[in-house]
Amino acid sequence: MADVAAPPYRTIPIIPALKPGSMEGVKSFVANEKINEALGFPGQLVDDWHDKAIAKMGELLANYRSLKVYMDACVHCGACSDKCHYFIGTQDPKNMPVARQDLMRSVYRRYFTLPGKLFPKLVGARDLTRDVLDEWYTYFHQCSECRRCSVFCPYGIDTAEVTMAAREILDSIGYGQKYANEIIGKVHRIGNNLGLPGPALNDTLEGLEEDVKEATGIDVRFPIDVKGAEVLLITPSADFFAEPHIDSLIGYAKVFHATGTSWTLSSMASEAGNFGMFIGNYDQLRKIALRIREAALELGVKRIVVGECGHAWRVAYSFWNTLTGVGGGADETDRFAQMLQKQLDHRYKQPMHICEFTWDLIERGALSFNKEANDKHIITFHDSCNVARGSRMGDFAGGQFEIPRNIIKAVANNFVEMAPEQRASKPSAAGAGVACLLMT
Amino acid sequence: MASILIAILFYFATLMFVVGLFYRINTYARTPAPLKIPTTPAPTTQSGVVLRMAREVVFFESLFKANLWIWSMGWLFHASLALVFMRHLRYFTEPVWGWVALIQPFGMYAGLTMLLGLLGLWARRLFVERIRYISTPSDHLMLLLLIGIAASGLVMTFLVHTDVIAVKNFFLGWMQLSIGALPADFALYVHLLSVIALLAIFPISKLLHAPGVFFSPSRNQVDNPREKRHIAPWAAGLEK
Repeated sequence: MADVAAPPYRTIPIIPALKPGSMEGVKSFVANEKINEALGFPGQLVDDWHDKAIAKMGELLANYRSLKVYMDACVHCGACSDKCHYFIGTQDPKNMPVARQDLMRSVYRRYFTLPGKLFPKLVGARDLTRDVLDEWYTYFHQCSECRRCSVFCPYGIDTAEVTMAAREILDSIGYGQKYANEIIGKVHRIGNNLGLPGPALNDTLEGLEEDVKEATGIDVRFPIDVKGAEVLLITPSADFFAEPHIDSLIGYAKVFHATGTSWTLSSMASEAGNFGMFIGNYDQLRKIALRIREAALELGVKRIVVGECGHAWRVAYSFWNTLTGVGGGADETDRFAQMLQKQLDHRYKQPMHICEFTWDLIERGALSFNKEANDKHIITFHDSCNVARGSRMGDFAGGQFEIPRNIIKAVANNFVEMAPEQRASKPSAAGAGVACLLMT
Repeated sequence: MASILIAILFYFATLMFVVGLFYRINTYARTPAPLKIPTTPAPTTQSGVVLRMAREVVFFESLFKANLWIWSMGWLFHASLALVFMRHLRYFTEPVWGWVALIQPFGMYAGLTMLLGLLGLWARRLFVERIRYISTPSDHLMLLLLIGIAASGLVMTFLVHTDVIAVKNFFLGWMQLSIGALPADFALYVHLLSVIALLAIFPISKLLHAPGVFFSPSRNQVDNPREKRHIAPWAAGLEK
């Protein structure tokens, strides 16, 4: 593996010079047979992978307008070429969004366009060889689907869509990635990405109740699987397990307690994250999201609130209604969605981000704070990639930037913007979450 | 003889352009967009989306945020091209529409700024390492073709005038399927043959960015996934 050094801190940003091949040796672990087969994918690379891959690509091009338009529309203008944090950090030209897309676009041109069939060299078209396939595996796992490139593209081309398609094709021929596919297997088998079984969850929650009691002297409950609760909280399973995520969960519980909200977690749906998005597989995306629908129906809740996680909130906000009917505005004839939507309380947004939930209560005066207790902290806020660019909070475009900041300002005195001059028009500094970086 | 050949090629190229573009647009329109993926913050209403798209198409808003050099050259080229294109309507209409006559002088000088924009775009493709890396031979040739069209047009406008009355009569006739004679000028042949090539490759090349932008889900979708259930027909089938 080549040496990869973090670029030095620069006050004036300078676009790095290219270092071709600097990340070609970084290949994430390939999933084994057991992991792939559990999701219904071929266990290992199938013999006729070439034909299968091209057929799958044709299928995706017919099912996703995004992919079809994005394959055709790029003019190689270079607007995105210095916008990817993977490129800025590694200087590998194949980590430029346009070059990453071109790994697939070159194959698209060869098999699906006339000029690529007739004059491949002229239009940069390539046969899908084993080397190209390996290159796909390497570089399509060096994308966190953060959508930063799509902000700057004059046609809105979103590399995340191309990455998802590439991973979907790779999975379909038995060339899946271990990290993502193993985790999806755990969600189906156990109920959450971390693989925490019910008893461990219960034990953790009891422990948290004791911890909070010890720290505050107050009996804050962490209920799970309570039928008839008003709010179902769906949060990333890291909140049950790791520091500092667990502090988020404690915070949510305190907000629910202080406002007298009846709420519950679910052992069946103990995960907000949805790795179906990472691998671009609609069936998996849907199957994972259906657990939330089932839990909501079973527990009879009126509201669904989602804990913080950028990619998770994008799936919840943008896709849950489509995938599972968790949302509003389904047709009268749409029995699948209506079954759940009739149960939910539409005075509130469904689903709702925990920040929307909390800010709503703060605005209504249901929560009071001792701001001075936070005076020892100087606090800033880094917009999460998929919250900023793939979803929203509140009633107006851009609410996702206002609401979290409003909450911080309501509870603390020392809030400082990282780059105040930048924030209003572009949440460009937004990076990607822990899970997405682990993808690589 | 040359006139007849050019006339026939123009018919073919126009046919390829119209049929090809119709086919592409039809494909884009019929391909479902199964998920809500507008790049946010995005408009929450349909009229907001129209405004966003208008800003994108008229001002190249996203490109402006991305890179001022590319934006200035790209916008200069496209805006000039629009003027030049409108000016050229005078060769296909009799009498010439009032507003076309009005923009005539601007259209003439827009040819110069169009060439300037193209040269700027090519310079960046040649000299900026990142953009040289992502350029294919066709990217260079496409610019060369447009430069050829602009340069040959400018030659006729400012240096070696061609008989524009004859050119106009040729095209007025061409539209009625009656083919007259073109002036035998080298610059005119280069100009017309390049335009024929451009028309023909439009629907099979990256020039599809023009219709494509209107179908880009990250730009044309309303941000309302919680308020309205969005589902593609093939995805709805999974719920049966």
